[in-house]
Amino acid sequence: MIRKLMRSIREQKRDSIWAMITIGIEVVFEVIIPLLMANLIDYGIDAGNMNYVIKMGIVLLLAAAGQLVSGIISGRFAASASSGFARNLRHDMFYKVQTFSFSNIDKFSPASIVTRLTTDVTNLQNTYQMIIRMAVRSPLMMIFSLAASFSIDANLSIIFLAIIPVLAFGLYFIMIKTHPIFERVFRTYDKLNNVVQENLHGIRVVKSFVRETHEEEKFNAISERIYKNFKKAEQQLAWNAPLMQICMYAAIILLSWFGARAVVACGGDAALGLSTGELLSLISYAAQILMSLMGLSMVFVMITISRTSGERAVELLDEIPDITTPENAVTEVADGSISFEHVTFSYHRNKGKPVLDDINLEIPAGSTVGIIGVTGASKSSLVQLIPRLYDVREGAVKVGGVDVREYNLDVLRDAVAMVLQKNVLFSGTIKENLRWGNEHATDEELVHVCKLAQADDFIRAFPKGYDTYIEQGGTNVSGGQKQRLCIARALLKHPKILILDDSTSAVDTRTDALIREAFAKEIPDTTKLIIAQRIASVEHADMILVLEDGKIMACGKHEELIASSPIYKEVYESQTKGDDDSAS
Amino acid sequence: MRPNGRQFSMKQSFQQLDKKTFKRLLSYMKAYRLHLIFVFICIAVSAFASVMSSLFLQKLIDDYIAPLLLDSAPVFTPLLFALCQMAAIYLIGALASLMYNRIMAIVSQGTLKSIRDEMFAHMQTLPIKYFDTHTHGDIMSHYTNDTDTLRQMISQSIPQTISSIFSVVAVFFSMLALSVWLTLFVVVFLFLMFKVIGKVTAKSSRYFILQQESLGTVNGFVEEMINGQRVIKVFCYERKTEQAFDEKNEELFLHSKKANQFANILGPIMNALGYSLYVLIAVLGGLMALGGVMNLSLTGMGVMTLGAIASFLQLSRSFVMPISQVTQQISSIIMALAGASRIFALLDEESEQDSGYVTLVNAKKCGDALVESDTHTGLWAWKHPHQDGTVTYTELTGFVELNGVDFGYVPDKIVLHDVSIYAKPGQKIAFVGATGAGKTTITNLINRFYDIADGKIRYDGININKIKKPDLRRSLGVVLQDVNLFTGTVMENIRYGKLDATDEECIAAAKLANADGFIRMLPNGYDTVLSGDGSGLSQGQRQLISIARAAVADPPVMILDEATSSIDTRTESIVQRGMDALMHGRTVFVIAHRLSTVKNSDVIMVLDHGRIIERGSHDDLIAQKGTYYRLYTGAFELE
Repeated sequence: MIRKLMRSIREQKRDSIWAMITIGIEVVFEVIIPLLMANLIDYGIDAGNMNYVIKMGIVLLLAAAGQLVSGIISGRFAASASSGFARNLRHDMFYKVQTFSFSNIDKFSPASIVTRLTTDVTNLQNTYQMIIRMAVRSPLMMIFSLAASFSIDANLSIIFLAIIPVLAFGLYFIMIKTHPIFERVFRTYDKLNNVVQENLHGIRVVKSFVRETHEEEKFNAISERIYKNFKKAEQQLAWNAPLMQICMYAAIILLSWFGARAVVACGGDAALGLSTGELLSLISYAAQILMSLMGLSMVFVMITISRTSGERAVELLDEIPDITTPENAVTEVADGSISFEHVTFSYHRNKGKPVLDDINLEIPAGSTVGIIGVTGASKSSLVQLIPRLYDVREGAVKVGGVDVREYNLDVLRDAVAMVLQKNVLFSGTIKENLRWGNEHATDEELVHVCKLAQADDFIRAFPKGYDTYIEQGGTNVSGGQKQRLCIARALLKHPKILILDDSTSAVDTRTDALIREAFAKEIPDTTKLIIAQRIASVEHADMILVLEDGKIMACGKHEELIASSPIYKEVYESQTKGDDDSAS
Repeated sequence: MRPNGRQFSMKQSFQQLDKKTFKRLLSYMKAYRLHLIFVFICIAVSAFASVMSSLFLQKLIDDYIAPLLLDSAPVFTPLLFALCQMAAIYLIGALASLMYNRIMAIVSQGTLKSIRDEMFAHMQTLPIKYFDTHTHGDIMSHYTNDTDTLRQMISQSIPQTISSIFSVVAVFFSMLALSVWLTLFVVVFLFLMFKVIGKVTAKSSRYFILQQESLGTVNGFVEEMINGQRVIKVFCYERKTEQAFDEKNEELFLHSKKANQFANILGPIMNALGYSLYVLIAVLGGLMALGGVMNLSLTGMGVMTLGAIASFLQLSRSFVMPISQVTQQISSIIMALAGASRIFALLDEESEQDSGYVTLVNAKKCGDALVESDTHTGLWAWKHPHQDGTVTYTELTGFVELNGVDFGYVPDKIVLHDVSIYAKPGQKIAFVGATGAGKTTITNLINRFYDIADGKIRYDGININKIKKPDLRRSLGVVLQDVNLFTGTVMENIRYGKLDATDEECIAAAKLANADGFIRMLPNGYDTVLSGDGSGLSQGQRQLISIARAAVADPPVMILDEATSSIDTRTESIVQRGMDALMHGRTVFVIAHRLSTVKNSDVIMVLDHGRIIERGSHDDLIAQKGTYYRLYTGAFELE
C-alpha cells in the first residue's frame, strides 16, 4: 500500500528531502541552544561575568537565527511537498477513475469516489506532512539525547532501553485496536455522502412528498453511527497521552531512585560516578527522549487514522478497468455499418437471465434504423454495446466490419455518437456544453448543429444566447430543450454512427419531425439508430426493429410490419386513432 | 461559486468574522457544559501533577540526596516513601489525562454530530432555488471536509489551550515572585509576540479559507463528473475532463501550500522569539544586578541576586513553551474557523418562506358541519384559523384556480403571461405546448416551489400563500420527468409516497402503475436493492416506479409532468387507465408532448410562450382547427 502511495510523490521527492535535511539542521540548532543557555547561566550569570553574558548572548541569538531560517525553510518545503503529494494523488486517482467502465463505477458508487478524492486525500496529506516533519526530528532528537545520557551514565541509561519497548508495544496495541473502527467510520462516511447526494438530486421529490423529516431521520441515523464509532475510536486513542505520561513518570521515578543510590555511593563526585548535576541532566534528557517519542506517537495516531484512507485510495488506484483498448488496436473506423452476431448480454457477468439473447443483425452504413419495444425490452442495452460501453457476454458486435473489442476505444467512441436517454448537461455555458462534441468547433458550426437539432431558436431567445449559463444537471432548461442541446452536442462530432436513445421524448412532435428531416438532408451517410416510443419517429426508417424481452420479434419496413407484426400494428393504431383505445 | 466576490468580503470583515464564528462554534458546545467542567478539572489535575513533578526534582537534590551524601550510613527509606508518594500523584495525573481525553472524544464527536444534523435539517428547509444554483458536490463538502476541520480543533486544540493557560498562569506568578520589573519586560515582549502571531495568522487564515473553498470546488467537480460519466465516455471526453480537473486541483494545491507554509513557520518564529527573550532577560537582568538596581518582587523590595536571574531565566523557558505549544495548534484552529464559516454560511441561507397558517386535517361530517378528527377518515379538510380566534373548516376537494398569473424566475424575464385556469374537482387538465412554453413552471407555482407575489392561485378557494407549504404539498401528488430513486429496496422506494403503507398497498400501487410485472422479474423482486439512482433499471422502469410511489400516496390532486415520456405507448395506456381509476373524482394535471397521453382530458390548455392560446376538450379543439388541430394532425401527417 505504502509503495503504491509513494508513487504519487514524484517531483515532490526533492522538496520532501530538502524539508528533511533542513529539519535536521533545525534539530542540531535546537540541541545546541539549550547547551548555550546552560553555559550562559553557569559561566555568565552565576559568575557575574557580563562580558560573557553578552558574548554568549550574541552566539545564542545567531543560533536562534539559524534555527529560525532553517525552520522557515523546512516549513515551506514540508508544506509544498505535502500539498504537492496530495495534488499528485488526487490527479492519479481522478485519471484512474476516467479509465473506469460503468461496472467499475457502480462498484464504488459515485459518493464514495468523491469522498476518496477529497476527505481521504486530505487525511493522507496531513499525515505525509507529519511524517516528513517528525520522521527526522524525533529520531534525531532521540539519538542526540540517548547519546548524551549514555555518555553521562551508561548503567542508568539502560532504564530508557527498558521503557522504550513498553511504550512502543503500547502504541502498537492501540493502533491495532483502533484501525478496524476507523475502517467502519469511513465506510459510514460514504453512506453519509450518499444520503446527502441523493437528497440533493432528489430534492424535488423530497419536497413534493413532504419527506423532509423522513430524510432527516435517515441522515441522523447515519450521523449517529459516525458519532458512536468515531467516539469509540477517539476514546481508544485517548490511551496515548496517559501511556506516554506513565512511561515518562516511571522513568523519572526509576532515575531518581537508582540515581540517588548511585550519587550516594560515589559521594557525589562526578569523577568517580554520578554528580547531582548530572542526575538532573539525565532526568531532563529523559523528558526530551520521551517528548520525541510523543512526537512519534502523534505520527502513529495520524497513521492510524489515515491508514484507512490510504487503503481506500489504493483500492481505487488498484481497480482494473473492465474495458480497455487492446494492444495493436484498430485506429480507423471504415464505415458506419453495424452487425450483431449471436450477441448475448447481461449486466451481471455470467449470471442471471441475459438481457439480450442471441441477437443477429446487419445494418448497412448510412441507413436509418428505428427501434421500438415496450419498457424494459432492452432497447438501451442493445445500442450501448455499439460504442462498447459494456462488453458482450457471448457473440460479437462489429462496427465497420471489425469487432468493437479490437478498436482503440477513443477511435470507436469518436465514430459513434450517442445521445443517452438519461441526458446530462454540465454546469457551464451552452457553448461550453456543445463543445464537448468538438472542442475546436467554430461558432458557426455550433449554430449550424443547433439549427439541425432545432435548438437555435430557443437558445437565441435566452438573454445571453449561446453564453447562457447552464446549472448543474441542466435544471434551468426544460426537458425538451435539454434533449435538443444533447442532440446538437452529439452532431458536432460528425459521427459515422448516431444513436438516439429515446432522445426526443420530451420534444413535441413537430420539432421531432423537423429534426428527423434535418438528419435525412444533412447527414445522409451517417448510420442512424433511433429508439423511440412514437411510431411517427421511426416509420420512415429503412428498417424497424421490434424488441421484446431481449429478442428481436420483428424486423422490416413500416408497411411490412403493419402487415406482419401484430405488436407493431397495435402500437401504431393506439397512437394514431387512440380515442377509443385510451378512453376510460 | 463566485470566489472573487466572496474572497473580497472575507478579507474585509475577517477579524470580526473570526470572533463571531468562534463564539458561534463555542455555542454548539454548550450542551456539554458539565462535561467541559469535568474536563477542566481533569486538565487542572494533570497540570498539577506535572508542576509537582518539577517541584519534586528540586526537592530530590536538596532534601534527600544532599543529606544522604553527608550521612555515613545512608537510609533510603524516606526517599522510597517520597517516591511512592510521587508515583501516586503521577498515576492520578495520568488517570486525569486519560479521563479528559476520553470525555473530549464525546464532546467533539457530539458537537460535530449536532452541527451535521442541524445543517441537514436546515438544508431541508431551503428553497428549490438554492439547490438549482449550487453545485451538489460543494454542498456535500460541508458535511465531510468542513466538518472534519472542526474535529481536531475541538478534541486537541481546546484542551491543549486550556492546559497551556494553567501553566502560563502558574509560571506568571512564580515570575512575579522573583522580579516584577523583569516580568513587566516579559509582558511587553509577549505583546510583541502576539502581534507577530496575529500577522502570520491573518495571512494564513485567508489561505485556509481559500483552501476549504477550493476543496469544495474540487468536490463539486468530481461529483458532477462522476455522475456524468456516461456522457464523458460517449464523447471520449476523458482527456478534457482530466485537464479541467487538473486546473482545479492545481488551485487547491496552491492554496493548501500557501496556507500550510504560513502555518509551518509559526513554530520556528515562536522559538526564535523565545530564545531572543532569554538573551534579553539575561543581559537586562545582569545589568540590573551589576548596576545594583533595587528589585521589586511579590515578597518585597530587595537586591537583585544572580541566583534570582538564573531562576527567572529558567522560568521564562517554561513561560514561552506552553505559548508556543498553543501556536502549534493555531493552524488547526484557523482551518476549523475556515470550515466553520462555510458551515455557518449554509446555516444562514434563508429558509423557504412560509407564512401559511391554513393546515390540512382529517375531518368527519357531523350533520352538515365538518369536524376535525384525530383518526384517518379518508376525508380531509383545510383548517383555517381566523384573527378573531374562530376556526373554519373547508373540505378538501381539489379545486385549483389560477387567476391572471404572471411569473418570471428572474424579474426581468416573464415566462408566464396572464395565465388563468379553473380546475374543478374530478377534472383532468392537460397542458400542451412546445418545450419551454411554461408548462412545468405552472406546476412549480401550484406546489410553491416558486412563489408568486400576490394571491392569484387558490386551492379550494383559499389563497395558497395562506396554506402551510408541507400541508399544501401533502395534498398534491407530483410525478416528474426526471425520476429520482433512493438507495434501498424497490419496496422502500414505493413506500416513500406513504411511509406507513403496508406491503400490500405498495404492491397494489405497483400493479396500478403496471410496474409489478418487471419488478417480479428482478433478482429479488420487491426486495431488490436499488443503488446509484436505480442504475440497473431502464428509464421507463424508473418512471413506472415513480408513478407507483405517487399512487401509494393517494393524493387528492395529482400533477403528472411528462411522467410517462419514457414509457412505450402500449404500457402507457395501461398505466393511464389505472391512474384514471385511482383519480376518479379528483383533479389531475397532465403535462405531455405526446398527444395520445392528453387526448381524454376534460380540458386541454395549449400554451405558447407562456400564454394560454387555446383551451377546451379534445373535440372542441379539433373543431376549432387551431394550433392543437395542426399539432394533432401534424403528428401523423409528416409523411
